[in-house]
Amino acid sequence: MTLKAQSIQVPENLSTQTDNQKQSAQQLSYRHAFMLVLKRDLTIAMRHKDDIINPLLFFVIVITLFPLGIGPEAQTLSRIAPGIIWVAALLATLLSLDRLFKSDHHDGSLEQMLLSPHPIFLLVLAKIFAHWLITGLPLILIAPLLAVLLHLDENSYGALVFTLLLGTPVLSLLGAVGVALTVGIKKGGVLLSLLVLPLYIPVLIFATSAIDTAALGLPYSGQLAIIAALFFGSLSLAPFAVGAALKVSTN
Amino acid sequence: MNTLPKKTPTPLISALQLTCIREERLLFDELSLEIKAGDIVQVEGPNGSGKTSLLRILSGLSQPYDGQVHYQGQLISQCREEFHQNLLYFGHLSGVKGEMTAEENLDFNLALHGNKTDDSLAYLAKVNLVGFEDSLASHLSAGQHRRIALARLYQSNAPIWILDEPFTAIDKQGVASLEQLFINHAKRGGCVILTTHQDLISIKPEQVKKITLDYSC
Repeated sequence: MTLKAQSIQVPENLSTQTDNQKQSAQQLSYRHAFMLVLKRDLTIAMRHKDDIINPLLFFVIVITLFPLGIGPEAQTLSRIAPGIIWVAALLATLLSLDRLFKSDHHDGSLEQMLLSPHPIFLLVLAKIFAHWLITGLPLILIAPLLAVLLHLDENSYGALVFTLLLGTPVLSLLGAVGVALTVGIKKGGVLLSLLVLPLYIPVLIFATSAIDTAALGLPYSGQLAIIAALFFGSLSLAPFAVGAALKVSTN
Repeated sequence: MNTLPKKTPTPLISALQLTCIREERLLFDELSLEIKAGDIVQVEGPNGSGKTSLLRILSGLSQPYDGQVHYQGQLISQCREEFHQNLLYFGHLSGVKGEMTAEENLDFNLALHGNKTDDSLAYLAKVNLVGFEDSLASHLSAGQHRRIALARLYQSNAPIWILDEPFTAIDKQGVASLEQLFINHAKRGGCVILTTHQDLISIKPEQVKKITLDYSC
């Protein structure tokens, strides 16, 4: 114990000069900062499994309830399947959004992130990516299974997976803006849905339209391209909006 | 220990005409201050007098109603990265994650601010957390949470330390060693801005500059 304590080398003097900064600038590489936050968020999620299981369970339960409520006619179910899967995915994401910044805000680690020398958008992007890995990816993996329950048309499975792959990151990115704006408010849950759900509508429309088109055997690349555009648009703009919103929320 | 001569004429942090309004109450008005290398500044005042608000404004977390904060003569909003690299802010909330172990918490905090994480066990030893490094922070006490967060002070190269109630939930021995750390930091050419309701024991009164916030209206 004492040996360890002795091994510390106290920095001899402090300087705000440039060589000091050059040294630390090497450690401040963007990739390093991104991986640091990503690893931390994934560690926390693995130890706090509710974050992963709750949205997934919600998704599964909602989808399995529909055949029970509507009846087992294959034709009706396959007609409404794309809509059900996508609305359930949307609500499951919304359910999980709160965790994105709220706990960090409560225990003060958000402040520390804002005060770190790394660009905020980078840390935010890492957090959003972690959120997608935790909530979006499991949905994509389980959606084809649930689609069987809803008699989704055979031709539509590809479209379903592709729209979810491109669409769920958009949900995480746009949702993060809403969470960042409401993180300082005690009961921001309703406000969050009001802010975020309207922004999700374009994704919903084009995703379900792509799956429907695929069921008819027609090319659906047009809809997919629009969702891709939404993805790249929000990927490049949302992190900056989130950073600005977090600054306002912690003010 | 090598002491830096106090040669820098430009103060590390200076505030110009700060005004802070919270909940439609004026907390302070036209507050100007200059903090140089080697200063230990204690912000005093009753509860609700705006101590935390002042520290948050100085660190750039909050925006003042009016006025500016400069770091070495530059507006802090214009040199964010450089300022944050030279700043260590310790707030009311310790920023410790219950789902991570003491060591993981410290490692993350160090790495986030661009410090090395090789010696983190030794720094935990400095704050008497030997044997707890692999315990999840949620199993530790409030004081131990604060200690995990404070362990970062032992490694920090940042000259500016802004500490909001660093002694809360820390035992007497811990307070004494923290005070010693502050004195050494000031000697090395850093500055410490802190709030506390306790009397400082080992730091002599003549070493401490005091800012008293006393709102009356």
